[in-house]
Amino acid sequence: MSVGIVSYGAYVPIYRMSQETISQVWGTRGGKGEKAIGNWDEDSLTMAVEACIDCLSGYDRKSVDWLYMGTTSPVYLEKQSASMIAKALDLRKDIVTADITNSLRAGTSSLRAAIDAVKAGSAQHCLVTVSECQAAPPNSAFERLFGDGAAALMIGDKDVAVEIEGSYGITSDFLDIWRNPRDTYPQMWEERFVVEHGYLERMPEVVSGLCQKYSVTPKDFNKVVYYGFDARRHGELSKMLRLDPGQVQDPLLSSVGNTRAASAFMMLVAALEEAKPGDRILFVGYGDGADAFMLKVTDQIEKIRNRRGIRKHLESKMMMPFYGKYLRFRDMMEWEQNRIARAYGSLTMAWRDREWVFACKGQKCRNCGNIEFPMQRICAYCQAKDNFEEINLSEKRGTLFTYSMDALTTVTPDPPNVLAVVDLEGGGRFYTTVTDRDTGSLSAGMPMELTFRRVHDEQRYHNYFWKCRPIRVQ
Amino acid sequence: MAESIKDKVAIIGTGCAKFGERWDAGFADLVIEAANEALADAKVELNDIDAGWVASMWQCTGATLALPLKMQFKPVSRIENACASAIDALRNAAFSVAAGVYDLVLVVGVEKLKDMGEGGLPPGGMPSAHTVYEADFTAPGTFALAATRYFSKYGLTPAEGKKMLGMISVKSHHNGARNPKAHLRMEVTLEKAMNAPIIAWPLGLFDCCGVTDGAAAAVICRKEDARKFRDDYALIKGFGLSIGPGMGAVRTDYDYTIWQETVYAAEQAYKDAGIKNPREELSQIEVHDCFTIAELIAVESLGICERGHAKEDIESGAWTQEGEIPVNLSGGLKSFGHPIGASGVREVAEVVRQLQGRADDPSRQLKNPKMGLVHNQGGVPGKFMAGIAIIGLPG
Repeated sequence: MSVGIVSYGAYVPIYRMSQETISQVWGTRGGKGEKAIGNWDEDSLTMAVEACIDCLSGYDRKSVDWLYMGTTSPVYLEKQSASMIAKALDLRKDIVTADITNSLRAGTSSLRAAIDAVKAGSAQHCLVTVSECQAAPPNSAFERLFGDGAAALMIGDKDVAVEIEGSYGITSDFLDIWRNPRDTYPQMWEERFVVEHGYLERMPEVVSGLCQKYSVTPKDFNKVVYYGFDARRHGELSKMLRLDPGQVQDPLLSSVGNTRAASAFMMLVAALEEAKPGDRILFVGYGDGADAFMLKVTDQIEKIRNRRGIRKHLESKMMMPFYGKYLRFRDMMEWEQNRIARAYGSLTMAWRDREWVFACKGQKCRNCGNIEFPMQRICAYCQAKDNFEEINLSEKRGTLFTYSMDALTTVTPDPPNVLAVVDLEGGGRFYTTVTDRDTGSLSAGMPMELTFRRVHDEQRYHNYFWKCRPIRVQ
Repeated sequence: MAESIKDKVAIIGTGCAKFGERWDAGFADLVIEAANEALADAKVELNDIDAGWVASMWQCTGATLALPLKMQFKPVSRIENACASAIDALRNAAFSVAAGVYDLVLVVGVEKLKDMGEGGLPPGGMPSAHTVYEADFTAPGTFALAATRYFSKYGLTPAEGKKMLGMISVKSHHNGARNPKAHLRMEVTLEKAMNAPIIAWPLGLFDCCGVTDGAAAAVICRKEDARKFRDDYALIKGFGLSIGPGMGAVRTDYDYTIWQETVYAAEQAYKDAGIKNPREELSQIEVHDCFTIAELIAVESLGICERGHAKEDIESGAWTQEGEIPVNLSGGLKSFGHPIGASGVREVAEVVRQLQGRADDPSRQLKNPKMGLVHNQGGVPGKFMAGIAIIGLPG
């Protein structure tokens, strides 16, 4: 019985900010490339949901037994993200959920736990998602470096597409990057010390440990997928490991940026998109030590090619037109609009309506057959009482019946607020707002899809709901 | 067997506060301004009034009327039905008079909006709102949904559509500019209307009514008592009130180009009044034009213009003062202003004064009007509460 990756998925937010946009604001030198930035209504939780939906494509969602969420940028310091992701994905109730946080290692720690859960027979399908949306201090090296994104892997022992042949890890108390409970941004000791005695020591150490344990050499792998502190250090490490340029997986640093705990996972998904059956992959993550995994691609990989993954998400993008928009997106200043109450917050109400607010459930009337969203007690068409079948609408596509662009609600971080009436395929109407949109290219009748987003933070908790967007990947 | 309200209740006094951004006036000042004028117009004293009905969306309880006027322990009900509050208050008051429960009743609508510290109406934020569903759906945004849909359904380009709506605004401002108590008393050119800043695309600034403070009042009694107060009283001919189940956002057969609640309310009111051909029988209509597209669809929904053909009416000038059926001769909500709970009574006052030949500015006076219709509509497309009152001369 081999345990491995049975499915993969990823998510890259649609917005990219060029290094030039950053340089212009701070009067620094250019810099090449761009990085992915979550829309104002995205966070590590919503991006994890996106990556998981991609990963679960073609899978019965009710087959997921465990869900691990790895991140250094959880949406709450207290309150699990995984349980909310599970609700948005409409997973079973009797599953195990856990967040693994507080370290760049959050992703590989989650993966190791998932592998062990499947090996032990505790779970047949263990979903691991790693997601990051971490703003950096303005005008800093981190600001140039950090990007947002997510990946998801389903670990199982049947229909394995990527066998996990072995793993090796080392732990280290080395303090390089940290964040105090009241800090907004991560802090770092002097970079040269941090890199030389952290990243550039632990990474070779874990690779050589794994090679010794399994009697292999880095040359034995078709691809080496490893976390890159930054582009220069990623290149230095390649030389230290004596890798051929063809072996080195693109660290995505000039297209997505460093997505911290999610970084190596997003690179791995990109590698799997290109991988052929029989390929061997060395996968290495960093943080509080390091973890290395020895992977082997099987024939099954051909059956899970239809993911949006990294490549298709990268192709679909909108450039951040100016830095001020980014400041609004990440809410990095005190705003005039903060005086105005934007919306109504009530956890009681959100809890009562959780099935449709979170799990995107509509209903089909057993009497007249019409589909309705949100859920009603009395049928909107035939007035039948409490006689419905619940149906999940989150993956339904639809067409834009009508829309408007409200420039008056200046309280939205990204005016105009685009309102939409979307008629779903197979029935049902969704009344929501449009996100990830180019306001110049909207038109009645255009195809739309639903996406889980953070709508507002009234009452100081996060209100999530489903929005629509023009179909991201055809 | 229920009977029509037609010709049972008379309006014997009307009053209206100056509409506008009344920084100087609280709701109480506005109530006093409107009520005093109506009482004086009816030549009655406050203590002659048996009961009061007060309409307001933001001011709660009957004290909204009793407190400013110092009414002495009389029954007062506060009615709230969003923008249809005032017509609903008049309707309830008229029923009480027709039932013979009271002889003389004061109806006041009032809204004080400009104490909120921001332009427009606040989106969401009310305990009746949902946390996330419709959380960002403002009034301009939701009415704009209807404009986009109307354009696409009837094959109008955005430019053609905006021109059509702009012409409504030009007409309403032309009317309101000559109405002394109106809020936005200025003529607007079509070019200015069409090129105004966008509020909610495709609606621009001149497609949207003002956010206005104001109050209006009416004194009513039974028809047989009316002559005790004046000879030129007006009579209530009919009422319509239709509250929809609000499923426009849920049902795929709701298409945003017809106000269903208004269709039903009109059916009730026309039946009461015995109207067969509203376009010919009505001398004027004051419709709910919180946005220009709202006026357009309201006129079609009232059966006064064939569905999808408003553009022809607008271009031919059929809705102007000189046209076949003057629409919003007062300036409408667009130019006169829209203090939510006040608008219905204010429009009733407009119709009554026209019937009496007493328009404030002689240039606005209709020749021999017989009957006018007042229409208000609360809520948003797909979820309306529509109210209609038809007021006419005796006979």
